[in-house]
Amino acid sequence: MILDFSVIWENLPLYFNGVLVTLKLLLISLAVGLTVAVPLALMRVSRQPAVNFPAWLYTYVIRGTPMLVQLFLIYYGLAQFAAVRESFLWPYFSNATFCACLAFAINTSAYTAEILAGSLKATPHGEIEAAKAVGMSRFKLYRRILLPSALRRALPQYSNEVIMMLHTTSLASIVTLVDITGAARTVSSQYYLPFEAYITAGVFYLCLTFVLVRLFKRAERRWLGYMAPRKA
Amino acid sequence: MLNGYGSTIVDGAWLTLLLALTSMAVAILLGLLGAAFRLSPIKWLALLGDAYATVIRGIPDLVLILLIFYGGQDIVNRVAPMLGYEDYIEIDAFAAGVGTLGFIFGAYLSETFRGAFMAIPKGQGEAGAAYGMSGVQVFFRILVPQMIRFAIPGFTNNWLVLTKATALISVVGLQDMMFKAKSAADATREPFTFYLAVAALYLVLTSVSLLALRFLEKRYSVGVKAAEL
Repeated sequence: MILDFSVIWENLPLYFNGVLVTLKLLLISLAVGLTVAVPLALMRVSRQPAVNFPAWLYTYVIRGTPMLVQLFLIYYGLAQFAAVRESFLWPYFSNATFCACLAFAINTSAYTAEILAGSLKATPHGEIEAAKAVGMSRFKLYRRILLPSALRRALPQYSNEVIMMLHTTSLASIVTLVDITGAARTVSSQYYLPFEAYITAGVFYLCLTFVLVRLFKRAERRWLGYMAPRKA
Repeated sequence: MLNGYGSTIVDGAWLTLLLALTSMAVAILLGLLGAAFRLSPIKWLALLGDAYATVIRGIPDLVLILLIFYGGQDIVNRVAPMLGYEDYIEIDAFAAGVGTLGFIFGAYLSETFRGAFMAIPKGQGEAGAAYGMSGVQVFFRILVPQMIRFAIPGFTNNWLVLTKATALISVVGLQDMMFKAKSAADATREPFTFYLAVAALYLVLTSVSLLALRFLEKRYSVGVKAAEL
């Protein structure tokens, strides 16, 4: 037999630990990223250049450079500065998990901000006019009308972003973390079975992707039900 | 400039560009093939195309790169002795990079192309058939030229993602600008400087691409009237 999966079978616990690490990285970066993305999106829809421009520049630069470069800039790059090495933040910046989460969160915040801004801009005029007509303040208008509706309508695109982020977390293995890809790398180098090791990692990611797609389908049915085509 | 490492990084940048362009050429071929498969009335072809698109898009680029580069090399060397070939076969990093990125982005492009083909009114293909064109002729003469306009926005997106994904090929040892920056960073202990330079180069690459493709989109939409609100 050309392929030998017995070693993979023995090392499954390593892969399952990797799944936990991957999910941890994914959840932290998505949570932080989404929190940052909401104010950024609000800046992006502003008509004042002084507010819009910084947010535009941020998303443009982040979306225009590879994730790997951003990760290396934070993990390896910052150590170049003595000020960083001597600051109280150094324990964080010398930690691979922290740096990976930070880099991923920054990355997803830029993409998510653009998705949300697009969704905010697509709000029907009538809804905003109606809110103004009943005398809502600007803050109330955003809180009650614009954001809830924009966040819902952003769901289909956001699900793509989440799956992209799941795939992005594999870069964490390059900065020594043992996520699913990291587990595969360990197995590959220990037993010299790269094909079996990586194909197993691929299967794990494929399963996670399918689960996420399912979850988002459900979320869409729950929160976007009003937009679904009418059943005959 | 950059402690004398400026020129090696620029060399790396050319390799990055070459890798991106060659991979895109492969991806376009595979994407067209994939889209043709998926739209084909023959069931098992459509299924094969769907499987290609779904599986590849469900696995991270990095894992596929490692799988094809290390795993592929491994499998080739396990199979070769059975066929009576004794030497160790080493796959070139550039060729592996082109193959891998082409294969990955072919799957993404097949989705873009499929949507674009479906956006063409049915009557167009039927008219071609009515003129007595063969299926292949209808595909290349009628469908492909019209599909391009619908595909450009998705294509732009895929091109940008692919350009950025080339950085990952440095992980398997291709001496692109990312790899050169890493060597320079290790030698000078100034990682931030070099990674920032590489980030700037990527930004230039993506910005120029955006402008060029926006121009192309305008060209292909010349005959189309935009609805004014």
